[in-house]
Amino acid sequence: MLPHLDAAYNLARWLMRDASAAEDVVQEAMLRALTYFGSFRGVNPRAWLLQIVRNVAYSSASIERGVEFVAIADTAAESATAGELVSSADDPEGMLMKARGAKQVRALIAALPVELREPLVLRELEELSYKEIAEIIRIPIGTVMSRLFRARRLLAQAAAGAAT
Amino acid sequence: MNSTPECDKVLLVQAELDGELDAAAAAALAAHRAECPICTAAAVELAQARTLFDAGLYQTMPEGVRGRVMARLAAAAPHRAAAPGLGWWGRWRSQWRFTAAGFGAGAACAAALALVVLTPTQPNLVDEVVAGHIRALQPGHLEDVPSTDQHTVKPWFDGRIDFAPPVKDLAAERFPLRGGRLDYVSGRAVAALVYQHDKHLIDLFVWPAGAGAAHPPEAAEHDGYNVVHWTQDGMALWAVSDLEAKLLREFAEDWRGSP
Repeated sequence: MLPHLDAAYNLARWLMRDASAAEDVVQEAMLRALTYFGSFRGVNPRAWLLQIVRNVAYSSASIERGVEFVAIADTAAESATAGELVSSADDPEGMLMKARGAKQVRALIAALPVELREPLVLRELEELSYKEIAEIIRIPIGTVMSRLFRARRLLAQAAAGAAT
Repeated sequence: MNSTPECDKVLLVQAELDGELDAAAAAALAAHRAECPICTAAAVELAQARTLFDAGLYQTMPEGVRGRVMARLAAAAPHRAAAPGLGWWGRWRSQWRFTAAGFGAGAACAAALALVVLTPTQPNLVDEVVAGHIRALQPGHLEDVPSTDQHTVKPWFDGRIDFAPPVKDLAAERFPLRGGRLDYVSGRAVAALVYQHDKHLIDLFVWPAGAGAAHPPEAAEHDGYNVVHWTQDGMALWAVSDLEAKLLREFAEDWRGSP
């Protein structure tokens, strides 16, 4: 499970929107994972661990407390990220995203409802397939697709709103 | 600001973006998209959302958090052998906790061990039996029934496991029996017989092979451990040891040839 600690933390961080709550979730999830590894029969330990992270996160009292998402890196890396997002001016998408720093994007994603945020993070950051996401969240693939669609549409619209 | 799709093909547009469409479906979609303004607009919007994602959004675990998590995992693991009477499941749990304790001791070592012990086991029995062997090498975990007498070891399994494992002492062939224990491989409780050769320990995992032809010995190597697998008399046998490959093979041949 240790190779997947970062994935566990990433998901916990995005679900909880708070660093110390995420740490607690990862801690508990790792304990459970190590304890129940004996019952693991799958072929994808990362997805299995993420499922545990999710279960722990959802049973945590603080998941929907609306804790403000605190940006972790407020440094040079941040501005570099913002720079990379600035695309050429004759690209309309680039125009839209112009000057959208990672910090702002993070806030936009964090503002999404958790049931939309979750598949989005699993898809875009963990790069999991629809099937893997469906298994982790325990919803049909069609639901994964419609939630992802809603998440992306809300995000694109929010970004467009923030850009103007 | 309508957040529901107005054309039932927009989810396919998204599936294409996510690389979830096969070539035929993608071609059919392209034809539709050319004449559907809704899907064309959705494609633009989805692409916009995609451009927002970037490596900078991945929340890598800070080193401080990693250190604290590892330390607490280690603290949660009791440094003792499993309590008697827990059965194999309890023993398993305890072993995992024990392994977790090891993680706290050294991160580098832990990472190396984790790759051996914690990789998915189902598709690869070699990994699994080697992991079982390594777990058993933890202090206090090698034998549940320490005995060099096969007539003590064999009945010990009665009632603890749903088959009667063949137990042989190969002391005459330089591989004396040391004992046995229950282990857990591939989703079932199995018998593990422990043999010794000089300072080297050999685990022989045994469980019913199920249907299928007898399988001659086959050798493998995994992370410095040698593995020999064969089937005999309806049993699947897996020998694992840090013994050199040739000697382990001899062990397998001796075991097969022994009455």
